[in-house]
Amino acid sequence: MSQASTNRGKTGGIAQAMADWVADLGQVAVDWITGLGGLMLFGMRTSLWLLTRRPRRETTLPAFYQIGVLSLPVVALTGTFIGIILAVQAYGQFRMLHMESRLGAVINLSLVRELGPVLAATMLAGRVGGAMAAELGTMRVTEQIDALSSMGANPIHHLVVPRFLGCLLLIPALTVMADFMGIVGGAFYGVYLLDIDWHHYWLHSQQYVRGFDIFAGVFKSLFFGATIALISCFRGFHCDPGAEGVGRAATTAFVYSFVVILLLDVILAIGLDAVYFVIWPEGPKFL
Amino acid sequence: MVNVSHDIGSPEPLIRIDGLSVEFGHHEVLHGVNLSVPRGQTIAVIGESGCGKTVLLKTIIGLLHPTRGAVMFDGQNLAQLGEKALTRERIRFGFVFQQAALFDSMTIAQNVAFPLRQHTRKSPAEIDVIVASRLAEVGLPESAMYKKPAELSGGMRKRVGLARALALDPEVVLYDEPTTGLDPIMSDVINELILKTRRQRHEVTSVVVTHDMRTAQKVADRVVMLYPLSRLERGEPQILFDGPPVDMERSRDRRVTQFVEGEAGERMMEMQNGL
Repeated sequence: MSQASTNRGKTGGIAQAMADWVADLGQVAVDWITGLGGLMLFGMRTSLWLLTRRPRRETTLPAFYQIGVLSLPVVALTGTFIGIILAVQAYGQFRMLHMESRLGAVINLSLVRELGPVLAATMLAGRVGGAMAAELGTMRVTEQIDALSSMGANPIHHLVVPRFLGCLLLIPALTVMADFMGIVGGAFYGVYLLDIDWHHYWLHSQQYVRGFDIFAGVFKSLFFGATIALISCFRGFHCDPGAEGVGRAATTAFVYSFVVILLLDVILAIGLDAVYFVIWPEGPKFL
Repeated sequence: MVNVSHDIGSPEPLIRIDGLSVEFGHHEVLHGVNLSVPRGQTIAVIGESGCGKTVLLKTIIGLLHPTRGAVMFDGQNLAQLGEKALTRERIRFGFVFQQAALFDSMTIAQNVAFPLRQHTRKSPAEIDVIVASRLAEVGLPESAMYKKPAELSGGMRKRVGLARALALDPEVVLYDEPTTGLDPIMSDVINELILKTRRQRHEVTSVVVTHDMRTAQKVADRVVMLYPLSRLERGEPQILFDGPPVDMERSRDRRVTQFVEGEAGERMMEMQNGL
């Protein structure tokens, strides 16, 4: 083979590889767009059922129990430890500035605005989201979802709406619980173990944490709850066959929920910050 | 594609399938299938695994949508019905799933009561009576009512699936592999229950998907044999046989007799050649 034809062959090979790469990239993009479109349609159908027909008590109460009551201990525990960890980590820095008494303000503000809602949502995505995707995925694989449809019962109305309502309505309560336990944990460590003055610890907390901060955290949690329910149920409904498919549905439900929670957190934090500065143009008088 | 309608009795069949094709992505499972099921008839759809029997059954009840063609039920195209109308038509069907598809989270009684609670205004006491009677029909004791599906054997689960499918006294019962995975005695129990269902409900129309020849011969008035598209010659119809069970063994098509007799034939050779 001549040198020229070898070069042509090489050029053709590179061109083919490039074309394959572009085709693969296009396929990935198409899959993403299709998946996103599917999720949007799923969300719209859920909203439609939510607004047009009241869910049955026998499906709603067990979902609320699973999502709310059984998540409470783990959310409370996580909140407590995060409060303590914040106190441990921040104390050294504050002591150097001789501002130990302001520790409560930093811990409590971080908790109610950011860590409380995000941690409660993360725990819910891990504990409930994965379980919902696995349960619905198993129902899909074992034809239980088809059985519902064949008996004239809409699977979205029966399976998704109660879980969606549970996540949406109970995540604010879980967030408040995470906030509260974090505040208690931080205060316990700061006041009893680091010997910070009790009166000043709470005085500064009261001064710097506004009602809007608590509202912002709880408001964000509503979006997180809806996201967890929709993504997890969608992954369960579109589960691949077999044990591997169910496992993958549970894992992707958590991973996608977590990524979307963080993405939403950024967007909502920027939006709520803008609202905050409209209401209080002077900004937070911190430290 | 050939028209293999096989009307018996009623001039308008209860289920009419016209040129049905079903594809999943680029994979076509059914192509140009025509079939008519008259009211009151029991037909068995047989064929090897992967030939599209279950897809056909799920398309009949509207769980899957045709890519081309139509499924007409009592003169209506199910794929064109809205949510409410489709629900109204679906409750005229009972579907017995291959693995029973009982709801894990509910007891046996709650499973059988589900369609009654969903679609009737009967009181809990009335529903309990119907549930007990349906379970008795399939030979399950009252003590099974409060158990969860996981506590029952495969045969018992299938019988509960049948009881649930019959809860609303459907006009059509669709059976998906009702005897698969059961021992010969339990398989025969299920066959007898299918016959009993028919005796008790004279107008009931049944479609039984199976690859158990004993079931097909025992319960069906008519047998339809589907063949996988991938193994057909170009232009061949997907339905290889449509007629009474007794004619199957006399079929001139070797693929039909081979299936009836359960012979591997040249299939082993094809598998070794990677086909």
